[in-house]
Amino acid sequence: MQEIEIANLRKLTEVVKATYNYDFTNYAMSSFKRRISRVLDLFNFQSVDALIAKVESDPKFFETFVQEITVNVTEMFRDPSFWRLLREDIVPNLLLNHSSINIWHAGCSSGEEVYSMCMLLNEMGILDKSKIIATDLDKGILEKARSGRYKLKNMELHEKNYIRFQGTHSIKDYYTIKGDEIQMNPELVRNVSWREHDLVNGPVFNKFDLVLCRNVMIYFNQNLQNEVLKKIHESMFKYGYLAIGSKESLIWCEIANKFIVVNNEEKIYKKIKE
Amino acid sequence: MKKYDLSDKYKAIVIGGSAGSFQGVVKILSNIPENFKLPIIMCLHRLKHVRNGFVEALSIKSVKPVHEPFDKESIKRGRVYLAPANYHLHIELGHTFALSTDRLENNSRPAIDITLETAAYVYKEKLIGILLSGANRDGAKGMKRIKDRGGMTIIQDPSTCMIDTMPTAAKNLTEIDYSLDVDEIINFLKQLDSQYK
Ligand SMILES: C[S@@+](CC[C@H](N)C(=O)[O-])C[C@H]1O[C@@H](n2cnc3c(N)ncnc32)[C@H](O)[C@@H]1O
Repeated sequence: MQEIEIANLRKLTEVVKATYNYDFTNYAMSSFKRRISRVLDLFNFQSVDALIAKVESDPKFFETFVQEITVNVTEMFRDPSFWRLLREDIVPNLLLNHSSINIWHAGCSSGEEVYSMCMLLNEMGILDKSKIIATDLDKGILEKARSGRYKLKNMELHEKNYIRFQGTHSIKDYYTIKGDEIQMNPELVRNVSWREHDLVNGPVFNKFDLVLCRNVMIYFNQNLQNEVLKKIHESMFKYGYLAIGSKESLIWCEIANKFIVVNNEEKIYKKIKE
Repeated sequence: MKKYDLSDKYKAIVIGGSAGSFQGVVKILSNIPENFKLPIIMCLHRLKHVRNGFVEALSIKSVKPVHEPFDKESIKRGRVYLAPANYHLHIELGHTFALSTDRLENNSRPAIDITLETAAYVYKEKLIGILLSGANRDGAKGMKRIKDRGGMTIIQDPSTCMIDTMPTAAKNLTEIDYSLDVDEIINFLKQLDSQYK
């Protein structure tokens, strides 16, 4: 793997910004650099300059590039204890003063988290009281999410998580097997709208009662985390909930004082100030 | 007792190992001086889907609490860190941690290579890498990066390992400064610590 100069990374992110209006300038440097190295190896570029020239001149390649440098690894019911808390505490609390709930999955990747949410809501009998918007920056991965087709071999892990979540069904009720793939039941996501959206440069487009932005901001540096958190805050109703990844923290963000910690272990926060 | 080429230039220690090195790690952490001054950053292979238990088990025996860092937490002197389950642990310029859920490397997440290589990038010649017993080749490239950047490399003496694939792979890939058994590693760390006021 080639070691890349930071100055070259800067050049690359400048070109991407100028050409496509995606801004990776403030992504966390170490893992971003590693993924660029991988792109160089994967497509046999001799230098970052060669990659820059290709990215600049070939929008189709740029899409592939985005897919390679975003980290899309995800799971159904990742951190089962988090999902139990949603079911037992957070969602019931929301239902106390809402007849319907608005949910945003920011950085939904290939959609496993969204299908998990829909299973949870379905088992609580409130799927049709819910409106869900699932967004990601990466076009290709959103297509995959929309299709609801996953590798059969990944279902073993998802099923283990589902069992630890203590779902009331069998996860197998929610899909059919087609060869080495599975097809999620499309009825499950009837209230989901999948959209391309960039947390960094995109607009604040709606208000939500519950936002899941898990394992997305870890790819940003602290300045960018702060900026993005401001946007998320603006996208939430007062007393709405925000969930981040289990090893993320808001404490070092300026805007943290507008939230309180609801559960520190599962990283759930509540917006208490506009 | 062995003599080591030591100074107070070092700023951090990274330790890699697999599940089989648990006993060795426990022994090290229970025998280092209580006010050991350098940060110790550990990346150990562990069950991906068991979030709790491991750090607690280590902490019970350790002279200092072992802590799984949060994303963007800064690295502090004298603390002991452990890569959390199912995340890669990166070291960033400015001496902070960054986590990622990127694909497995060497079949592992956390991958030792990632922690070692990113630490080598940040700490250059001021880093000591220690690779313990383990069953795959993860960590070898990381040790090479540490050596290439001027740091110090130590492996657990393969003849004292339950499974020596890991330290042996490192030895075959790069120059190793010291090959030590666990007691010698403890002794090394004590001598190192005495270099710091
Ligand atoms: C590791 S996945 C998280 C998936 C899921 N939330 C989970 O926790 O399992 C991170 C996702 O964030 C997306 N992402 C990265 N930068 C983004 C941005 N600026 N705007 C929106 N999504 C972004 C990536 O495309 C990727 O799909």
